[in-house]
Amino acid sequence: MTFEKFLFYFFAAMVIFAGLMLITRRNPVYSALFLVLAFFNAAGLWMLMEAEFLAITLVLVYVGAVMVLFLFVVMMLDINVAEMKPGCFITYLPVGILIALTMVVEMVMVVGPNHFGLDIYASPVPHAPGYSNTGELGSMLYTIYMYPFEIAAVILLVAIVAAIGLTLRRRPDTKSQNPSKQVLVKRDDRLRVVKMPSESKMELK
Amino acid sequence: MLEGYLPILVFLGVGTFIGAAAIAIGFILGPHRPDSEKLSPYECGFEAFEDTRMKFDVRYYLVAILFIIFDLEIAFLFPWAVVLAEIGIVGLMAMAVFLGILVVGFIYEWKKGALEWE
Repeated sequence: MTFEKFLFYFFAAMVIFAGLMLITRRNPVYSALFLVLAFFNAAGLWMLMEAEFLAITLVLVYVGAVMVLFLFVVMMLDINVAEMKPGCFITYLPVGILIALTMVVEMVMVVGPNHFGLDIYASPVPHAPGYSNTGELGSMLYTIYMYPFEIAAVILLVAIVAAIGLTLRRRPDTKSQNPSKQVLVKRDDRLRVVKMPSESKMELK
Repeated sequence: MLEGYLPILVFLGVGTFIGAAAIAIGFILGPHRPDSEKLSPYECGFEAFEDTRMKFDVRYYLVAILFIIFDLEIAFLFPWAVVLAEIGIVGLMAMAVFLGILVVGFIYEWKKGALEWE
């Protein structure tokens, strides 16, 4: 067994382990952290496929940003761990098995031994040390796939608008400073000099 | 190509080992004399007032999701910067349109006040 094969089985086993831990933890924060572990090992798998840019982006975007979002959602849901009943697992087990079986059957149909394997697709030749997957991706993405690339921009724009539309809340009751108004204030706005007649000496009784 | 990433793998291995070893050594060598008071949650010397989990403002979520969107935008910039010399003016224009569309979103969120914290 070559070292790369060993690495493949190691990363694959870690992904499966992290996935199992992810769905069996009762505390959703632990689940999210196991998802981080799964992402890291999936990045290792992608790196073994010489997709360096995808591997680094997986760590950068998914571990760095999407996981923060997941943790926010977990916190926002306000789940009380003690209240989660252990009976839920049994209740949802039939539906879960059904969905899992469907997905396994679909995956076998697509990437099963009939359609996938070394006799159908030859083993890819390892690239030379100077090969840059990022460069290959770039030379395709911004020329041949320029139109999908611009569509990605529009999708991101839609995401911006949707996120603002869904979650932007005004809070009229919060007190905050406006520095520009503070700086622009003149003396006359704050200070008023009132002319008053001088007081006469109080008479003693 | 993968040979170039071997130092990173070694680095990951060493990092995992040191991290795991520090915890494991502490766990093995440290004394274990737990009692109920030691194991109870500690909040500045008095009983915990409330649960750790609480709802917080949805605007943190908005900040996170806007961060992800611009994070993705930057992810598109890396391969572009690598091959900019090859793809020439066409690639430059493609990225200009891409960033132009996202600047529209940026102006929208700025004007909408999504970046203000009040």
